[in-house]
Amino acid sequence: MNEDVVAAVAAAHRRDWAQVLATTAQLTRDLDLAEECTQDAYAQALLVWPDSGVPARPGAWLTQVARNRARDVLRRESRFRRTLPLLVAEETVPGPEDGLVADDRLRLLFTCCHPALAREAQVALTLRLVCGLSTAEVARAFLVPESTMAARITRAKKKIATARIPYRVPSSDQLGERVGAVLQVVHLIYTTGHTAPSGPELIRPDLSGCAVDLARLLHLLMPTDAEVSALLALLLLNDARAAGRVGPDGRLRLLAEQDRSTWDTELIAEGAALLTDALRRGPPTRYAVEAAIAAVHAEARTWEETDWAEIVALYTVLQRMWPHSPVVQLNRAAAIGMRDGPRAGLDALTPLLREPALATYSYLSATHADFLRRLGDWPAAAVAYEEALTLTGNEVERAFLTDRLTEVRRHLP
Amino acid sequence: MAKYMLLIYGDATRWDAMSATERSALEAAHAAFREAAGARVLGGEELESAPSATTLRGGVTGDLITTDGPFLDTKEALGGFYLLEAADLDEVLALAALLPEVRAGHSGVEIRPVVFHG
Repeated sequence: MNEDVVAAVAAAHRRDWAQVLATTAQLTRDLDLAEECTQDAYAQALLVWPDSGVPARPGAWLTQVARNRARDVLRRESRFRRTLPLLVAEETVPGPEDGLVADDRLRLLFTCCHPALAREAQVALTLRLVCGLSTAEVARAFLVPESTMAARITRAKKKIATARIPYRVPSSDQLGERVGAVLQVVHLIYTTGHTAPSGPELIRPDLSGCAVDLARLLHLLMPTDAEVSALLALLLLNDARAAGRVGPDGRLRLLAEQDRSTWDTELIAEGAALLTDALRRGPPTRYAVEAAIAAVHAEARTWEETDWAEIVALYTVLQRMWPHSPVVQLNRAAAIGMRDGPRAGLDALTPLLREPALATYSYLSATHADFLRRLGDWPAAAVAYEEALTLTGNEVERAFLTDRLTEVRRHLP
Repeated sequence: MAKYMLLIYGDATRWDAMSATERSALEAAHAAFREAAGARVLGGEELESAPSATTLRGGVTGDLITTDGPFLDTKEALGGFYLLEAADLDEVLALAALLPEVRAGHSGVEIRPVVFHG
């Protein structure tokens, strides 16, 4: 198989999958059929493009093929299909007076994240239908068996059809209350990709990249929404630093050791500008404060220059906004450890060791271990590193923790 | 168009304890809901309280057993219903948000699509 063609199909999959599916769903009014035809179109591209060459507009070609295929199926099954509940689609394209971007991908995204679906179903559907991940890939991201994930996706698609969850971007009076769920789904997809819960790679760019694309799309739809700008800023400020998180040797690089020349300064500038804009538009929200923390890291030219006092202050703000998040308290304790030293960090962290919500959270054990190591409490540090290792499924993180454990054990009698 | 059943559940003791003023506010809110929903309301009734219910079911030997009380004896009782016809779930959600039981704290509205038999 021609490698250029395979690369072109892969690129078209990443870039155009959601658009092809969404436009086909507009015709079929049936997500399953649209999905099937979209898959067929990509399979067709692999067969045809080696001879015909890659078309100038691959997305348009794929959409055409998927829609033709859908028309064939619909013609053949017309009598049968008339008896099934159909996807409720808009007959007319909203005009510019609606102030909305008429993008089929957005329609699909809002349908997948409809509040009548459970959060886990929203996430699974978005990854499968909007990001084009296979069911196996979605299952791997959330550590559930593939059959469980397949059943979850099927159930959610069935609910969209039987409850008639509409296939459209909500009207402007409903948009405000609906966008919150979409932002949470996009954020969850990003964090799952940022550090994969399992597997050989630290980052899953298929997940984090999809989340960034979706955040950009939402920003096009709602350019003046402070919360949308803040989320996009947060994702860009984190994504800009992704290349530095793993060294050329494939090993984890802590922030202190990262080669900052690998950071994407354009993305950092874009994220910082979006954050400034979001803060100008209204009081800071959760995503804005998180983005501000990411900005302090991204804008420090060296590790030593990091403004830990500012970071602790921002976590204190975040804790006030979100008082019941033990993860925020843990991050604040870690920042205190950087500002005031490991003893102060340990004091801030100790109450969290009894927190049931963090009982299986590997970063609690890893942070605890790091404070103990820096204090020279080798036996306790070794226990904490062992605990972190049992809770970590990501192989890059495991390699890092194993190195630290070996180092700590050298000090033991 | 599709049909939806709106099932209004709530704490019956709270409903029974309503003052006359609260009762008339509730009825006014339902009138406003009917007004907004217009011809989309195919039917709807307030139900007598759960203790007035009688349940009929088959016993193990195939005989019929009549029992006093609702099918599910829960704290949240079914207090009433509407049958609506609407284009999609969002239209129903927008209308259901007008029902006073949605905001009362102890009650809520379950929306169930009705099976279409062609």
